Amino acid sequence: MKLHLRVWRQSSAEDRGRFEDYELDDVSPDSSFLEMLDLLNEQLLEQRKMPVAFDHDCREGICGMCGLMIDGTAHGPVPGHTVCQLHMRHFKDGDRIVIEPWRVAAFPVVQDLVVDRGSFDRILQRGGFISFATGTAPEANSILIPKDRVDTAMDAATCIGCGACAAACPNGSATLFTAAKIGHLGHLPQGQPERYQRVMGMVGQMDAEGFGGCTNVGACTSVCPKEIGQDFISQMNRDYRRAVLGRTGD
Amino acid sequence: MSEHGHLWQNGPELDGQIPPGAIENKWDDLRFSMKLVAPANRRHYHVIVVGSGLAGASVATALGEQGYRVSCFCFQDSPRRAHSVAAQGGINAAKNYRNDGDSIRRLFYDTVKGGDYRSRESNTYRLAQISTEIIDQCVAQGVPFAREYGGYLDNRSFGGVQVSRTFYARGQTGQQLLLGAYQSLTRQIAAGQVEMHVRSEMLDLIVVDGIARGIVVRNLLTGEIRAVLGDAVVLATGGYSNVFFLSTNAKGCNVTAIWRAYRKGAVFANPCYTQIHPTCIPPSGSHQSKLTLMSESLRNDGRIWVPRHPGDTRSPNAVPEPDRYYFLEEKYPSFGNLVPRDVASRNAKQVVDEGMGVGPQQNGVYLDFSEAMERLGRGTIEQRYGNLFDMYHSITGEDPYAVPMRIYPAVHYTMGGLWVDYQLQSNVPGLFVLGEANFSDHGANRLGASALMQGLADGYFIAPYTIGNYLAGIDQTAVTADAPEVTGAIADVRNRLSALLGIQGRRTALSLHRELGQIMWEQCGMARTAESLSTAQAQLQGLRESFWNELYVPGDAGSLNQNLEFAGRVADLIELGELLVLDALHREESCGGHFREESQTADGEAKRNDEEFSYVAGWAWQGEGAAPMLRREPLAFEAVRLSERSYS
Amino acid sequence: MWRSSIGKKIIMAGTGLIWIGYLLVHMYGNLKAFAGEEAFNHYAESLRTLGEPMVGHGHALMIARIVLTLSLVAHVWAAMVLTRAAQQARPTGYARFRQASGNYATITMRWGGLALGLFILYHLAHLTWNVPVLTGEYEPGNTFDKLVVGFTNPVNVVLYLLALVAVGLHLWHGSASFFQTMGWRTAANRQQIRFLTGVLAVAIPVGFAVVPLAVAAGFVA
Repeated sequence: MKLHLRVWRQSSAEDRGRFEDYELDDVSPDSSFLEMLDLLNEQLLEQRKMPVAFDHDCREGICGMCGLMIDGTAHGPVPGHTVCQLHMRHFKDGDRIVIEPWRVAAFPVVQDLVVDRGSFDRILQRGGFISFATGTAPEANSILIPKDRVDTAMDAATCIGCGACAAACPNGSATLFTAAKIGHLGHLPQGQPERYQRVMGMVGQMDAEGFGGCTNVGACTSVCPKEIGQDFISQMNRDYRRAVLGRTGD
Repeated sequence: MSEHGHLWQNGPELDGQIPPGAIENKWDDLRFSMKLVAPANRRHYHVIVVGSGLAGASVATALGEQGYRVSCFCFQDSPRRAHSVAAQGGINAAKNYRNDGDSIRRLFYDTVKGGDYRSRESNTYRLAQISTEIIDQCVAQGVPFAREYGGYLDNRSFGGVQVSRTFYARGQTGQQLLLGAYQSLTRQIAAGQVEMHVRSEMLDLIVVDGIARGIVVRNLLTGEIRAVLGDAVVLATGGYSNVFFLSTNAKGCNVTAIWRAYRKGAVFANPCYTQIHPTCIPPSGSHQSKLTLMSESLRNDGRIWVPRHPGDTRSPNAVPEPDRYYFLEEKYPSFGNLVPRDVASRNAKQVVDEGMGVGPQQNGVYLDFSEAMERLGRGTIEQRYGNLFDMYHSITGEDPYAVPMRIYPAVHYTMGGLWVDYQLQSNVPGLFVLGEANFSDHGANRLGASALMQGLADGYFIAPYTIGNYLAGIDQTAVTADAPEVTGAIADVRNRLSALLGIQGRRTALSLHRELGQIMWEQCGMARTAESLSTAQAQLQGLRESFWNELYVPGDAGSLNQNLEFAGRVADLIELGELLVLDALHREESCGGHFREESQTADGEAKRNDEEFSYVAGWAWQGEGAAPMLRREPLAFEAVRLSERSYS
Repeated sequence: MWRSSIGKKIIMAGTGLIWIGYLLVHMYGNLKAFAGEEAFNHYAESLRTLGEPMVGHGHALMIARIVLTLSLVAHVWAAMVLTRAAQQARPTGYARFRQASGNYATITMRWGGLALGLFILYHLAHLTWNVPVLTGEYEPGNTFDKLVVGFTNPVNVVLYLLALVAVGLHLWHGSASFFQTMGWRTAANRQQIRFLTGVLAVAIPVGFAVVPLAVAAGFVA
């Protein structure tokens, strides 16, 4: 396949950045999107130009390192996929593809398509854990958890922290990420003692990082590679409301 | 062995410092005899942890909880991205929840047997002992392990064992365990006990008076190079499968941290023990940048076959039953498709080499679920393997519910690594090595669902004790930043980066890495011979020269330069490749993941040579251009009897 | 609570609910027009005498107006702050951006809200403040007459109907968001909520639309 790429280039955080156009021949439809970028970078090196910087690691959709805005859609056109899982067979010969980094103030661009998602880690530092010390755990089967509950917790826990939710949100909101993390622990008995403290801390940090608020658009779920649902947002809102109003009795 | 004698020099034996006494009591006895650091004094000690996967995150957490000051480094943008995240299948523990005959002893035995009697017995026993605590720990952290309707934890049988002892969280067990460890680490970061440094790469080890005292790290964003000094250094930097270029490892996985430590005196043990995973998706072309593994739990219900007649190009569903060769079921009736990874892999290679390979490139074998779907219903298969089937579909464009999957082996895990004693300390005092980066527990081949177990055992329950014991015994004289060892190490790192940038040749690091992988896979892959290994030696030497003469790295070292990082890692992988090949050449026996064609039984099984090779091969760096020194650690088996591994 | 993003959304949800309640009462009153001039005027007057003698003449109406005004101010304030936060959260936009989800109601929530605000001013100017340019000649004190005269002017009818479309869209997304923001939406009740909010978003505009249409068509005179 032949492709026309328009790629965001920015040498550093201070650089204003610009788009550059590249032509790429002989792209295999069986290659992944990142393998296509590998090919572009080999071509750029051949021309003794700086290759395009992009984040990637596992290349199997689980580490959450990669993330690009492809033709205006986070992670590209196939739902439930990360960029690294996106294969070129979903594009056509001669396609023009615009590739941009995540555009969220809380994810400043570092270089080209690489952004800094440290804000997600800081949100988790405000309560995204269960406080207990190594060695104090009781026998595993002494904590019984109904199967449907643990399955729901797992649905939330599959979040890979890629940032697509915030990138696709018209408000640049990290609500789905935060809600997924809160929902994971909030559905488990182990997470109950700190449940309300957790939601207060994490929501507070989410706001402090400069993410926007949620307007229930649902774009986050549409682009989420793990298809995490809106119900977790509802649950987070409920927990938050109860925490604020002091109605945490049940 | 003697004919290759000029390739290395023999050195003194290594002592694993195995505690005396019965195997059941060694760990308890040792813990009781350990020195302790008083809680109020712990904050005076600074421990450096490199890597934030299961082993790194857990040891940083546990030390932080105890009150030590910890600095943790990872090259990713967040500690939760470490490659432990990609493990799918599960984690073993000798809980015996299924009442099916499991026990610590059986897990221990299975692990030693699975490792083809090349692991250190005492370490493996301790691993089995600790396994049960790990599950308790993870559940308390909020890891959503799969459960039964009664609310109890579910188990499955996994990877060639006859009991159900594997705990799992859908097909994302590694992710969930890493998130659990990450959450605990996050709590320590928030508490100020652990200082986390992301996008930081360790480029050298600082050794002062023979003791590990710090590391040199490069900030990958700013290019800043600095020394970090401490009282102990822990490397938990994973394995080196990427020496094969195509492997199931993440692209960032590399050998640099442990390789730099090796060059500073740490012994590298058993580099040739590499694990091939049988259930990966075959490469689809020259663009391929990595291979994707599908959990080997698929083998629980999938049946592996190829057309019985070479050159049969009919679509799989059109091949009638008599023309299907279920080679594992036929050759190994009692284990069938669940034979250990190396046996399954080698048999797949054999049928592909014989021309029975399937798929457009004829480079795979079928893994067929049609019978299981008939027996259990599509719903059950969807529930068990849904995400794996989806993944396969998305990668290949084929629907595995309709046509059998195509699979082929790929390198997946490396059992070798830096040599450590029973306390997980390398031969360089103060340098501890955990998880896949060390060599100790899996011998020549790792049992399925044991990597996660080892990472967490090392990090939560072993190293926090042994590091404390070490710190309690040291004379804590401070190393200053202007010590010659420190400034020297920084200068070395700078020079090396300048050298990489200064070549200005015509070849990219990627093309050199691909070539490295080709050499390694073809000459030193699933089957190795003296001849192929000698060929590899010559080719690797040529490749190393090409690398240092023809490499092109653009840009500078003063900012984010992904090509520069990558080139440095490839340089180290090439050097490691040479050592790996040397180790494979020296070990003139077949064992576990190391298969020497010269050493096989009449029916083509791996044949060990216990008389000559029942030892750990530890390699010590002797300087640029000099042959490395071979230091052996003899393996003694007291609790298990050495037997020929047989799965027929 | 008012500091956080979710807190502001709760404020929006609560004040929105007050307005939904008001709209229902208002619609009920409007529909009295079909009962004839006397009944309608009687209803209009009873709004002033509501609660007498416990509260003074017109006081209940005054209280309602104060509550509604405060709700509106809070609603608009929260919306503005959240909008500004959203703008600041993405200072550099995408060269190409596809809204990955959300219908017309979702996308037009902010502009639709602004349009509704302007309409409310116009509506008040027309029927409460009696700004002469907008109102024709009517019998003073006869609310029914004022209504009929007002909607004999087709400009008013068209503006009114347009505003009702905006009300419907705003209600559709707003009422669904209400349940989500309050955390009452679950996987189990999602369908019911979708149905309820759909009914609300259609019923209220239709309920309001029939009166001006009836006036314009001459059914109510």
